[in-house]
Parts: sequence; structure tokens; C-alpha cells
Amino acid sequence: MKKLSLFLGCIIPNRYPGIEKATYLCLEKLGIDCSDLPGASCCPAPGVFRSFDKSTWLALASRNIVLSEELERDVLTICNGCYGSLIDANNELKENAALKKSTNTHLEKIGKKYNGSADVRHIVELLYDEFGPEKIKEMVTTPLNLRVALHYGCHLVKPSKERQLGSVERPMFFDELVESTGAESVDYPDKMACCGAGGGVRSALLEKSLEMANHKFSRIQDAGVDCIVNACPFCHLQLDGGQAEVKEKFGLEYNIPVLHYTQLLGLAFGFSPEELGIDLNVIKNDEFLAKLKELAEN
Amino acid sequence: MHIKNKINNPLVKTMSEPDVLKTLQDASLDVLTCMQCGTCSGSCPSGRYTSLNTRRIIRKARKNSDMLHDDDLWMCATCYNCQERCPRGIKIVDAILMIRTIAVHEGIMLPAHRKISELVLKHGHAVPINDATKEKRKDLGLEELPETVHKYPEALADVKKLLESCGFDKLVVKKQE
Ligand code: SF4
Ligand code: SF4
Repeated sequence: MKKLSLFLGCIIPNRYPGIEKATYLCLEKLGIDCSDLPGASCCPAPGVFRSFDKSTWLALASRNIVLSEELERDVLTICNGCYGSLIDANNELKENAALKKSTNTHLEKIGKKYNGSADVRHIVELLYDEFGPEKIKEMVTTPLNLRVALHYGCHLVKPSKERQLGSVERPMFFDELVESTGAESVDYPDKMACCGAGGGVRSALLEKSLEMANHKFSRIQDAGVDCIVNACPFCHLQLDGGQAEVKEKFGLEYNIPVLHYTQLLGLAFGFSPEELGIDLNVIKNDEFLAKLKELAEN
Repeated sequence: MHIKNKINNPLVKTMSEPDVLKTLQDASLDVLTCMQCGTCSGSCPSGRYTSLNTRRIIRKARKNSDMLHDDDLWMCATCYNCQERCPRGIKIVDAILMIRTIAVHEGIMLPAHRKISELVLKHGHAVPINDATKEKRKDLGLEELPETVHKYPEALADVKKLLESCGFDKLVVKKQE
């Protein structure tokens, strides 16, 4: 595996730093050589910037990739949005010489040049590819006896032509990684449905976006789970903070804890909920925290 | 008679009006093969709750009728369900994103999106840090500022220069005449 640099994006460092911390702890435990990526910016967010102006999207995305090229490292993302934005931009620039040339005329002005020498990875596909569920399972010290509602998030697997991660209607790889922690990935209707945050919908049409999230919450509640697991801070924000907004706007209360996969894995590696920032979520569920404590003690 | 026909033909666009269909065709986004089966709308999670009708967007694009002012354009969560399932293999989301691009270049942008764009122009982040998160970072034993443009002013200056080079600053303030 090539050395990596960690691309943080916006929401993780600036809203859910627990996920950042959990990522550092897991990477260290796994012995993955991953450096910081100093000076990185917004990926930029695919839903809005990509649809506003292609040259701006490519310029900003390529600058982030170039920072990693300069370190001779591949880019590691921990967000479906950053992954989608950076991998799509990277592929377009690698394949299209004219686009590469025009993007480089912008980068020239800040003394940078895009070469196309770095790849973009997402932590979930990376762990599946480079380690595999079996190897992860062997490293687990605190098996998690939890029922999990897994939310893949759209841009991890779609568009499938670009991602090449197998079935988009019923993928399994992420479930296997969840189960390698000892948890059970519970099937539920509309599991692959969108959380409703993407495409600039959450920012511009909050209520409509929450109706989509609420649909997921109701399905997940019916399935009877301990927590939701995702691999994207924007889904995380929508699923965690969104529950408080759904309560306020529609008067519906779910109180389902939400974990990024790195936080789930961190628990299975023996780190405490506080070390992983799980207690910093909007949703505070004491029953869940007590259960985690019990699991850690056994 | 001949001239009048031309004027009534929606496929003949005046100079000032953007030619959406042609822009899509030029980007190899062939909406003309759409058979209006409705698989896209039937797969759309947004359409359950909003007025978004994906099939109608594609129909309008085929007829090249005005759609730049349709609010529907902004209700797509870019989940890619439609694109994955379209029996004709039409890159529906790519088409919607391209139509949005044309709208934005005409000065049509939702206020919330203008605000996010301003945040990126100013901070290099669409979601910049706030005091509450700085506290959380400290509690976790992380540095108050992350290893991003937030911590490196010269990196932020580079991002601003890039955005300016792309004309993004001007695009954001552009309002429809
Ligand atoms: S699914 Fe494809 S072919 Fe069917 S209506 Fe939608 S765009 Fe047209
Ligand atoms: S990508 Fe947009 S239009 Fe297509 S199904 Fe998803 S929300 Fe609907």
C-alpha cells in the first residue's frame, strides 16, 4: 500500500472532531503510514461547487491532490463527499489532457502543477482492500455485541461506473467491515436510500431534506438497533443533528446514536467513547453509553 | 411563414438565451434517447417529498424548453439512483448538474448556496470552524485549529488566488439582469 496523507475536508475538523480523533487512533493501531495534509481546503463540496462551475471545482480539487502529490502520498478521505469530489476530479484530469492543461494554467499562478501521480482512497474501501474483514477481526480486542443499522451513503458506491465497488443496490463490503467488529449489520428497508443532505438540498431546503432523513429514521427505528453507522460526516451531520431538527420541526423523537465507522472500529480496538468523541454528538443516549461501558468491561 | 415557423420553433434559440440541449449534447449527455419510462422519477427519494420530477426535467431538456428557473433543479440530492437505473443509460445527474451550471452562469443561484460560496471565498471551507468546535477539539486533545487552510494563512491566500483565477468571485456576485 502506498503511503497516505489524511484529507480532513470541512465537516470533520470543523464540526465533528471526534471522527478526526477516531481516525488518528485507528490508523495508528492499524500501523498505516498516514501523514497530515497541511493547508488543504474544502474538497470542494460536490453538490454545490461542482454544479456551479467546473473549472473552479477542478482547480480547488486538484490543488488538494497536488498537496498530496508533493508528499508522494495517496489521498485518504474519510467522507463520501470528499471522496466523490476528489476521485472524480482526479479521474477526469488523468483522462482528459485538455482539462489537465487548463487546470494547470490556474495552478501555475500559485506555483503548483498537477501531475496525476496520486490516487484518492476512501477509508472503507481501503480497509476492505488492503486489510479485509478477517484481518480486522483478528485485531479487535473488544468485540462489539451491537445491532447496527448501516448507512453506506450514496457517493461511496455511486456513480458505479466511476467507483467500481460492485453492486449499488445491495453492496456487502461495508457490512462485512462492520461485522468484523463483532457487531451485527441489521438489514432494513430502504437501507441504500439517501439521507437527503446532498446536492445542496440540506443547505437550501432544510425541511425537505429532513423529510428524507426522517424516512430513514422511521425505517431504522422499526429495525430495532443500538446505533447507526456511516462513513461520511455529511450523512453523520444529517443523521445525528438531523434527529434534533426533526424533533423540533416535526415533533418526532428517535434518539438513535450515530457513529462514523472509525468510531465503531475505535471502540472495537478498546478506545473509550470519550476518546473517540462519541459523547460530543448532538444525540446523547445514556443507555447506549452504558452498554458500551459494559462491553468494555467484559 | 417560413420565418414565423422558425421563431415559434423552440429549438431555435435567440442569441442571448443559453442553448441547454446543445450544451448537454456537446458534453456527450444524450438526453434525446430518453423514452420517458419514469424509472428515474420512481427511484427518486427527493421526489417523494418535493416537486422534483426527474422525468420532466429530462423531457424539458429534450425539448430545450426553459428550465433554468425551475426550483426542481435544486431539489436533487445527487443520490444517483436515477442514473444507475435509467434503462437508456442517460447520465441524468451529470445532466442536472450541467443545467445547474448554466443557470448559475446566468446569475441564478439560491441565496443559501450563494452564502456557502461566500464562505469558501472567505475561509477556504464551506463549513468553517466555530468556537464550540474549537472547545471540542481541545477536549479531545487535538490542536485548536486543524491542519487545513485554517492554520496556514499562506495556503488560504493560494486558495483565494485560485478562486479568483477561475472567476468564481465574480460568478458568486453575479445576479440575473
Ligand atoms: S429513466 Fe431514463 S429513459 Fe426513463 S424517463 Fe428517466 S431519463 Fe428517460
Ligand atoms: S440523483 Fe437526484 S434526481 Fe436522481 S434519484 Fe437522486 S435525488 Fe432524484
